[in-house]
Amino acid sequence: MGKYIGKRLLHLLWIMLAVSFLTFLLMYLTPGDAAMKKLYAQGVAVSDEVLENTRENMGLNRSFAVQYGDWLLHALRFDLGSSFKDGFPVSEKLLKGMKNTAILTLSALALALAVSLPLAFFTAVKKNSLPDYIVRFFSFVGNSMPNFLISVLLMYYLCVKARLLPVVAENSLRGLLLPCLALSIPLCCRFIRQFRAEILEQLGKPYVSGAVLRGVKKRYVLASVLHNASISILTIVGLSVGTLLGGSVVIETIFRWPGLGKLAMDAISSRDYPVIQGFVLLSSTIYVLINLLTDISYRLIDPRLDKKEEESSC
Amino acid sequence: MLNRHASLSSKRRLVIFLVPAAVLLLLSLFAPLLAPNDPNATSAMMMNHAPCADYPFGTDQLGRCICSRVLMGAGTSIFSAALLVILTFLAGATLGILAGWYGGIADAVIMRICDVMLAFPQMVLAIAVAGILGGGMTNAMLAMGISGWTLYARLARAQVLSLKEEPYVQAARLSGLRFPRIMFGTLLPNILGPLVVNATTQIGVMMIGIAGLSFLGIGVTEPHAEWGSMINFSRSYIRLAPWAVFAPAAAIVLTVMVFNCLGDSIRDYLDVGGEK
Repeated sequence: MGKYIGKRLLHLLWIMLAVSFLTFLLMYLTPGDAAMKKLYAQGVAVSDEVLENTRENMGLNRSFAVQYGDWLLHALRFDLGSSFKDGFPVSEKLLKGMKNTAILTLSALALALAVSLPLAFFTAVKKNSLPDYIVRFFSFVGNSMPNFLISVLLMYYLCVKARLLPVVAENSLRGLLLPCLALSIPLCCRFIRQFRAEILEQLGKPYVSGAVLRGVKKRYVLASVLHNASISILTIVGLSVGTLLGGSVVIETIFRWPGLGKLAMDAISSRDYPVIQGFVLLSSTIYVLINLLTDISYRLIDPRLDKKEEESSC
Repeated sequence: MLNRHASLSSKRRLVIFLVPAAVLLLLSLFAPLLAPNDPNATSAMMMNHAPCADYPFGTDQLGRCICSRVLMGAGTSIFSAALLVILTFLAGATLGILAGWYGGIADAVIMRICDVMLAFPQMVLAIAVAGILGGGMTNAMLAMGISGWTLYARLARAQVLSLKEEPYVQAARLSGLRFPRIMFGTLLPNILGPLVVNATTQIGVMMIGIAGLSFLGIGVTEPHAEWGSMINFSRSYIRLAPWAVFAPAAAIVLTVMVFNCLGDSIRDYLDVGGEK
């Protein structure tokens, strides 16, 4: 187990190094130089002298490798430079946004799981019944809907037609409701489909028919099905974090929820490159770490995996 | 997927879903001929007009014909998504086959690049790339494709690795065939199934992705007709002209549903696992 975690951490280290390099490269390759962009973002009149000064201050006259190394060393201390627009440290902005994004994505994830797991179980057990068809139909339609469309429809029906909620989300529980729904509906539809397939696969395995034949009570059978399906379910949930992070950009922009996604979109429209850079780096770090955690938790659920690895490496 | 088809054979189901997919492709190709009005012509007299004989789906806040714009948008959305899937498929499959066949350094390099691309959440990377490059269909496609190819590369590599030891592949190798012949003659036909299933389901994913970028204003931009940007453009007028949002919305959902059904039926027909 320890050996496995060590190996994975080593792998993670070099992945993050490559990710940071690509993130830096992305900004380095943008048209125009950073000093020019910074001055434009601040709305300063650009003269040659000012430009040269800014370049010197930002260290842009150094070679690419030195600039990257410098940036990386700062990034390791979570110092991602300062915003072009208002000079605030990027890391501070990101932390503030991350709190709101965490509230939004975690509540959306919790909602999606709370709805999809029981439904997936129910429809898998009652395969090809009327409720199964209905749930499958809705999850299929929901799967084909982009999240921005769901947001617009929710706004139209709940805010404009029924006047139940305000259109612009306030930073409160009531304001959280719509963006959370908009983020969790597509996720929920995908979960139902994927979980159902996984549970069906487990239900078809010999151990289930064996247990049923031996007269084991239904709930014990279902408990072991859930246990055996949990590795796949965890993988699906772990991978969905990427979808959630991407989806939150759209949802937060629509509902004006002050999270990471909205921060990133604002940064994109004002060409505030350090913030975009920080957003990409932070999102990938979260995504990679969560996937590492899911991989490690497999081994806690199913210790056989650890054994298998040891045997194959011998 | 749908219950009334459950009794039909997988082949018939495939044909049933191929028809609407083909119709959509034809619609997108011949959109300029079918559009009842000029999709970009504005009219101050006809702003936010309800559907009528001249404007079957009504007009938006600039008085443009929604029906024509939805049709032109089909061209943009379906064409760009299909092209993107084809390009990423070709790039990914080629790299994956090369990695699986040659192994060694080529394999290590290609797979490590895959790992790194997969470390970025796809939409986050797409939004950042499209946002930095600015709007435009090419940039939006680049943004979606930059990590899209890894799916096919990993799949193709895994398939080739297991195929490599098969006697008929060994025979082809020993008979002195050159790699291109082996690749196109022996390997590709045998690994195509799972790749095609994944590619078909990716059409819907890519369409939603490009529409999302356009909705955010960093994909296909106004006045160019695209469903995502149409919804974004008209959503503040949804109270006055709901048809300007609902028509492109219905177009996206129906199109993605058709391609998702097609993907499912191809999977059933070829009887391969693929992405669940």
